[in-house]
Amino acid sequence: MGGWLLRRALQAVATLVVAIVLLFVLMRAAPGDPLFRLSADRPISQKEIEVLRARYGLDQPVGRQLLAFVGGLARGDLGVSIEYGRPVTSLLVERLPATMLLGGSVLLLNFTVGLWLGVRQAVRRGAREDRWLTTLSLTGYAMPSFWLGLVLAWLVGVEWRLLPAAGMQDPLLSSDAGVLARAGDVLRHLVLPVLTLSVVSIAATMRYQRAAMLEVLHLPYIVTARAKGLSERVVTWRHAWRNALFPVITLFGLWLPILVTGSVFVEAVFAWPGLGSLAAGAVGARDYPLLMGASLLVAALVVAGGFLTDVTYALLDPRVRIG
Amino acid sequence: MTAILQLLQSAWRNPRGRTGALLLAIVAIAALVGPWLLPDPLAQPDILAGGLPPGPGHPFGTDQLSRDVLARVVNGARISLGVSVLAVALSVTLGAAVGVVSGYWGGAIDAALMRLVDGALAIPRLFILLLVLAVWERVPVLALILIIGATGWFATSRLVRGEVLRIREEGYVQAAEALGARRRRIIFRHLLPNALGPLLVAATLGVGDVILLEAGLSFLGLGIQPPTPSWGSMILDSREVMVSAPWAGIFPGLAIVITVLSANLFGDALRDAVDPRSA
Repeated sequence: MGGWLLRRALQAVATLVVAIVLLFVLMRAAPGDPLFRLSADRPISQKEIEVLRARYGLDQPVGRQLLAFVGGLARGDLGVSIEYGRPVTSLLVERLPATMLLGGSVLLLNFTVGLWLGVRQAVRRGAREDRWLTTLSLTGYAMPSFWLGLVLAWLVGVEWRLLPAAGMQDPLLSSDAGVLARAGDVLRHLVLPVLTLSVVSIAATMRYQRAAMLEVLHLPYIVTARAKGLSERVVTWRHAWRNALFPVITLFGLWLPILVTGSVFVEAVFAWPGLGSLAAGAVGARDYPLLMGASLLVAALVVAGGFLTDVTYALLDPRVRIG
Repeated sequence: MTAILQLLQSAWRNPRGRTGALLLAIVAIAALVGPWLLPDPLAQPDILAGGLPPGPGHPFGTDQLSRDVLARVVNGARISLGVSVLAVALSVTLGAAVGVVSGYWGGAIDAALMRLVDGALAIPRLFILLLVLAVWERVPVLALILIIGATGWFATSRLVRGEVLRIREEGYVQAAEALGARRRRIIFRHLLPNALGPLLVAATLGVGDVILLEAGLSFLGLGIQPPTPSWGSMILDSREVMVSAPWAGIFPGLAIVITVLSANLFGDALRDAVDPRSA
């Protein structure tokens, strides 16, 4: 296990390094000057542009820029946001919890409802319920999250006035409200964004679980369990599902990029104060350092997620670390 | 080629695959023919007909600028389908090329390419596109196609590499190599044709993904620029009038759902044909 873990950790670090260099190259290779947008909004003299270029290090050779960039990274310094005029790192740290709350809730829903539906589908393979669930989940998967969000915000938030359609907290909530009232308020704001992201993503979980379950269901030990006269429920959940749960662990690693991408749109629609809306705002304001910082954080999360997934899998399934 | 025909036939026999294929065909025909039959969405609109609900004359209603929503949705189909099909064609070609080089040559080239792919896959595609597109004032459609295509080949190259590694060990490839066949012949006669099935599946599913991606970019203001109608930018425009004229945003969204769903249904049927175990 030790050797395997070391190799896998080195691989994760190498992947992250490649991703960082790629991001840097992307930033430099893009046709256009990050300062170009500034001069588009207001007249800036050539001299001011030169001062700004020097301030952001854009007048240095590319190699030195990369070194400075990586050096800053090592110190946790991602530069200063153009729009907010504050360090990118502190902005990201500030916005991370809201996104984790949103993403965590979506994951929770996926790994409960999604898995349950996937198992049901596998057990009733080919039956009407299986076909309907497939069509329904694929329809959700085909929806643009921002569109579904807008429609839900309009219907549930505006027309029916059932739930808040924007933000994370009610600004009118009195400041001496208790912890429970505050939590309830956040929870009510959480419903629509979580529902939106879950609808567009649950198909992936269902189909993964369905496939994993089908692999297991035809194995001899299932036949044995049935032959012993165990009830279908025990066979399904206790015998089959336990082993069909392993492959689903890998899903966690695949999940992070989907969640992060989806949260850009959903957070923008619902004004959820997380990383996603921060990134969407950075796009609108052409706030390059902020966009870069958000991309770096996302890449690091994806690499870390993949690594943790593999380690969990290896802990549970010895074949991975030996083979 | 016969293998591909068989795959298509088998997907057609699948009811969901057939539904997907038919719906896709309808969208494609509407995209090709529709703009001739409907009023030009860029023509000077009737200023008094803004925000009309769906009814005679305007089956999908009109938006806040009095433009016919149906005409814009149909014109948007041209952009969405055109951009996604071309971008996917590019990324599948790139992916196949890199996958063959990596899988067939192996060694240091393989290691270098696959580390690059690992790193690229760690950055969600949306973020790569945001970084590239955010510095552009206006993105020409051709550039958008090239950029989306150039950022979509990473997973495909892995897929093709795996196929090549598998096929390379098959008896007929070994025999061809023993007979002294050239590399080019082995690649184009043996490796690529036998990897076509999974590639076709990846391409079909990729079309749906790219339609969503392009709509998302347009929604963020980075994709197709107005006044050219695209489904994503129509939804963006409808944001302010969602309460007074919801149809202006609902119909382009439905167009996306139907198109992406049919591409995915057909892609799924193809996948079941390639790998019957997954059905």
